[in-house]
Amino acid sequence: MARNKEKLVLLLDVGPSMHGVLSEVEKLCSMLVEKKLIFSKYDELGVVVFGTEESKNDLTTEVGGYQNITVLQDIKVVDGDLVDTLQKLPRGRVDGDFLDAIVVGMDMLIKKYKDLHKGKKRLCLITNAIHPIKDSFEGSKEDQVMTIAEQMAAQGMKIESIVVRGRLSRDANKGVMDENDHLLSIFSKKTHTRIVYVDTPTSLLGALKTRRVTPVTVFRGHLELSPHMKIKVWVYKKTQEEKFPTLKKYSEKAPASNKLATHQVKVSYEYKSVDGSSTSVIPPEQRIKGYRYGPQVVPISTAEWDAVKFKPEKGIKVLGFTDASKIKRHCYMKDVYLFIAEPGNTRATLAVSAIARAMKEMNAVAILRCVWRQGQQNVVVGVLTPNISQNYKIPDSFYFNVLPFAEDVREYQFPSFNSFPASWQPNDQQQKAADELVQMLDLAPSGKEALLPEFTPNPVLERFYRHLELKAKQPDAAVPPLDETLKNIVEPDPELVAENKSVFDALHRHFELRQNPKLKKSSRQWYQEKQSGSNAHVSSGQAVNSIENQPPVKIEKIGDLTPVQDFEAMMSQRDNPEWVEKAIKELREKILALLIHSDEGDKYQKAVECVAALRKGYILEQEPGPYNDLMHHIRQYCEEKGIKSLPQLLASRDLTLISKSEAEDSDVTAEEARSFFVKMEPKPDV
Amino acid sequence: MGLDPEDVFKDEEDDPDNEFFQQSESSKEYVVYLVDASPKMFNTTCPGNDQKDETHFHTSVSCIAGSLKTQIISRSYDEVAICFFNTREKKNLQDLNGVFVFNVAEREHLDRPTARLIKEFDCIEESFMREIGSQYGIVPGSRENSLYNALWVAQALLRKGSIKTADKRILLFTNEDDPFGSLQDAAKKDMTRTTLQRAKDAQDLGISIELLPLSRPDSEFNVSTFYADLIGLDGEDLAQFMPSASQKLEDMKDQLRKRMFTKRVVRRIEFHIANGLSIALNTYALIRPTVPGAITWLDSVTNHPLKTERSLICEDTGALIQEPPKLFQPYRNENVKFLPEEIAEIKRISPGKLRLLGFKPLSCLKDYYNLRPSTFVYPSDQEVVGSTCIFIALHRSMLKHKRFAVAYYGASSHPQLVALVAQDEITSAGAQMEPPGMHMIYLPYSDDIRDDEEIFPDTEEDAPRADEDQIQKAAALIKRIYVKDFSAFQFANPALQRHYAVLQALALAEDDIPETIDETAPDEEGLTRPAVVKAAEAFKLSVYGDSYDEESDMGKEKMSEASRKRKAIAENAAKDYDWGNLADKGQVRVEEFNSRRFESLLKCPQPSC
Repeated sequence: MARNKEKLVLLLDVGPSMHGVLSEVEKLCSMLVEKKLIFSKYDELGVVVFGTEESKNDLTTEVGGYQNITVLQDIKVVDGDLVDTLQKLPRGRVDGDFLDAIVVGMDMLIKKYKDLHKGKKRLCLITNAIHPIKDSFEGSKEDQVMTIAEQMAAQGMKIESIVVRGRLSRDANKGVMDENDHLLSIFSKKTHTRIVYVDTPTSLLGALKTRRVTPVTVFRGHLELSPHMKIKVWVYKKTQEEKFPTLKKYSEKAPASNKLATHQVKVSYEYKSVDGSSTSVIPPEQRIKGYRYGPQVVPISTAEWDAVKFKPEKGIKVLGFTDASKIKRHCYMKDVYLFIAEPGNTRATLAVSAIARAMKEMNAVAILRCVWRQGQQNVVVGVLTPNISQNYKIPDSFYFNVLPFAEDVREYQFPSFNSFPASWQPNDQQQKAADELVQMLDLAPSGKEALLPEFTPNPVLERFYRHLELKAKQPDAAVPPLDETLKNIVEPDPELVAENKSVFDALHRHFELRQNPKLKKSSRQWYQEKQSGSNAHVSSGQAVNSIENQPPVKIEKIGDLTPVQDFEAMMSQRDNPEWVEKAIKELREKILALLIHSDEGDKYQKAVECVAALRKGYILEQEPGPYNDLMHHIRQYCEEKGIKSLPQLLASRDLTLISKSEAEDSDVTAEEARSFFVKMEPKPDV
Repeated sequence: MGLDPEDVFKDEEDDPDNEFFQQSESSKEYVVYLVDASPKMFNTTCPGNDQKDETHFHTSVSCIAGSLKTQIISRSYDEVAICFFNTREKKNLQDLNGVFVFNVAEREHLDRPTARLIKEFDCIEESFMREIGSQYGIVPGSRENSLYNALWVAQALLRKGSIKTADKRILLFTNEDDPFGSLQDAAKKDMTRTTLQRAKDAQDLGISIELLPLSRPDSEFNVSTFYADLIGLDGEDLAQFMPSASQKLEDMKDQLRKRMFTKRVVRRIEFHIANGLSIALNTYALIRPTVPGAITWLDSVTNHPLKTERSLICEDTGALIQEPPKLFQPYRNENVKFLPEEIAEIKRISPGKLRLLGFKPLSCLKDYYNLRPSTFVYPSDQEVVGSTCIFIALHRSMLKHKRFAVAYYGASSHPQLVALVAQDEITSAGAQMEPPGMHMIYLPYSDDIRDDEEIFPDTEEDAPRADEDQIQKAAALIKRIYVKDFSAFQFANPALQRHYAVLQALALAEDDIPETIDETAPDEEGLTRPAVVKAAEAFKLSVYGDSYDEESDMGKEKMSEASRKRKAIAENAAKDYDWGNLADKGQVRVEEFNSRRFESLLKCPQPSC
């Protein structure tokens, strides 16, 4: 791997205007080194900071000038000390000159490696570029940059610039910024350059690829449009998930005194035959793979399979072009491939460019059948979409997404939204509230897209590497809370939420949610566990906790509108027995209030519903006494007032006394209960 | 055993803790094939597949055989019974005349299909006359009614299992449209009435009866004579019946070997829209790569399944490790150790929740933002009443404003930033093509995206760009190979179809591997049509000038010595392999690539100039 060793010099602006983001720069750069320590241990790295009061670099001693630039670390193979160095960058006092810093960095690379390692030498500049660079003695600034860029190209160096702007550099002089941007862009004319502009601390953390992956082609050969028309292409992966590192298992069996212990764990698989009581281990050569055929298992040896397997020829063939709308976005199956014309092949590049641009104009996509390598035992069918390059240095290319086969699709049916009851359909106001949310909670206002995947770091991996670094120093360090800068990836941006307070208020006003009271106990338990689970684990940050502590639909009081539902919801809040007591008490009062305030019996129906719910509640709690007392009270009330309709209503729905058969503690027989309202002898209505 | 039927439903997102929430909505199917075996079924012929005449009996039997072979792969938990009527011999639990239930050893009458059932049923025609025999069961002067008996036997077979958990069907194959035609008035009336009543009783028990009528070329099966009443057809259905019935017969033979999955919720998640506003969603895996069924290791001597035991062994001491071990990462010259709980804690961010972060226009969802198959989400009011209402409102807004939602999904094993794309319901001819809901697309992070297109331009020159003429020539070529009706998942996976075919050949000890069609092979013929070739030549000339041929030749020479060797070895291996050992005798049929399915799609527009 030696030939792939990267030689990198970090050029970090630590001037006063950068202080606000330096902690992110520290995190970003230390993460870079942490990953190198694991994945590219032999890479070499130097660190230059500029904007410091003092000056410490070869050029300033050798030729003078190059003030306020400090070589924090000469180029060396990455080690743990580098992480420490990068975690506490000095805060500078003067505005730095990024061009001088670039020259210092180049000088370091040239002195150390001469003209060797072309293409492996890289400079990485992090600055806000809001301060003018010094005028040169001869020629314009542009000429100066041009000369440097040519030299860079001759030495086989690359440069990557991360320019911190937007919110992060508010009061800067636009003229100076434009000049600097122009100067930086000159580099891209002469040499391999990547310039990135970031405007949030979160995207700064994602701006630099912290893991260097050597590009490997998946396929080199022809893209066949027809047997007569083939274009030479190379295929790479465009996306590939950086996985959570696979950690090795650690054995603690070896005694501590054994200094040579590897502590490794071997995972062994044993295949045992179970015949009656005896078990025996079957050696690998006696094992054979079996495949299910109905209830049976059919043994098939690897040799048999190999002889009859599907073995397509290597190649990529166009099956046809079709309208882009025919391919639904959600059908993409895997990570994505990139098709580029064979590098250096002008004709192929032109052909790819022509096809890609024609496809774009026609809104067409191509369906491809791909066999990447000889011996591959399946084919891949997918969709090729054009990627029209916005950068005149970069050729046009294609992206390729794998599509599902007929066997991969499960055709489940789901109810049409129109088939739902009217109460589930949003009304106009609700729809308006949702419209507002969808439009106002905007993550891409006029060209400033937030959470752009290209600049969004993986919060889990960031957290892992940070914990790893902590543990290296302090083995029992707890898992750190999620960094504030990473919060914006997993939670809504508080600023955006605050700006749209009225939108959220409307949402709350128009939509009502409540827990389903009819849920079986087991499901309900699950729901609560989930609730408490989230409380326990999302422990970082006050803001989160205040949200999590409120279950979405906690009902604390029985209202006038939906007393029955409120009651049921309260009864189901099992976290505290007091809820039940409170619910019963409140509903009882509500019923009596309904009776008293009823005008010509208009509220009886509602009262009856409440009684029904209350009765169910008392039976559930096995407390017949208070309920039966209430019934006696109601009967008496009705007798006194000469109300006939309410007892009739209650009787018609069997809402009488709770009998012994329903609750053990009751001393009312079923017969008594049945005749409870019948026996009433009301005075004649007045 | 190690044969877990649930394996079939394993999904990369599944985690075992979640079993509790999984529910299966669809059910098993119990089918009784009821085949008329009267002499008329043997005497009547119609042109078969290879233009030779075949008897109606043969048509029925081969259709069932084909269906069984598909079913054993696609829905092997469904149960079937095969029952002939109008037979000389009788074999059924009720001991009714003229009805013979066909079965093989180690199998109940209504049971899952087995290789043996398929194998023996494949050669039923050889032994049928000898062992079962054909004989009219309804004759004047006799009170026997074989059709009535057959329905009774079928109904009794289907007594197993609850109608709630299983679909019960009787598929009736016959070419006799007037079963009681030979009888006198009174007897005919009586038998018609009792038979219809018997059918109705079965239907009342939730059993559906489907008729697969067989017609002669000269006289079509008249369904209104008798069977319309039996299966309950009238009006428009009656008119539609015959055309659709013959299609059904074709479909049964021509089904895809495809494993069916029952619909079930992968998990329930909470969609956190705003503080205090969290709705409940169910997630479903609608698209997942299908792999050949799970492997079971067998002892090659006994063919008994083996039990796999995994053990952890300390490399220093050789001791067995019981408790879940610590994990470590070498870092800074030492081993940094983690407890499994710490790793889980690192990954735990908004557990079980989907948190809304905001919305973006659909144009921001680039083609290369993809990592894994998407997951479908659909609202549920089961736990949180009101969920569906909010979901529908958001769904409509997102469609209307062409925006997708960005959210953070705190799945325990794999938390991820996701895009939620609203999908409107699409129906075609009454069938749901796309269900309404949202698709959750997993977004990449910065480190997951590569910029390899930017590697190469180390030159000072700008990258070559096609000019207008070249683009127009390309467009003309594209128009020539344009497919109008493409569906993203119209192709069967040729490797998988081959796998199933080989499995079937070995399980049934068939001589030939059934032919499988590689539907993904390009339509070479269509692509060499003059119009296409002309467009290709014009494009070539415009881009390559005269130098195209040199270029393409270079590529062919490049195949390295090593890869040529590898290829030769592979080819020889296939040649040398003695397939005969596998299939006892006979030759492996050379597989022919056939692009039948694709040809019909590739309808190039005719030259207009």
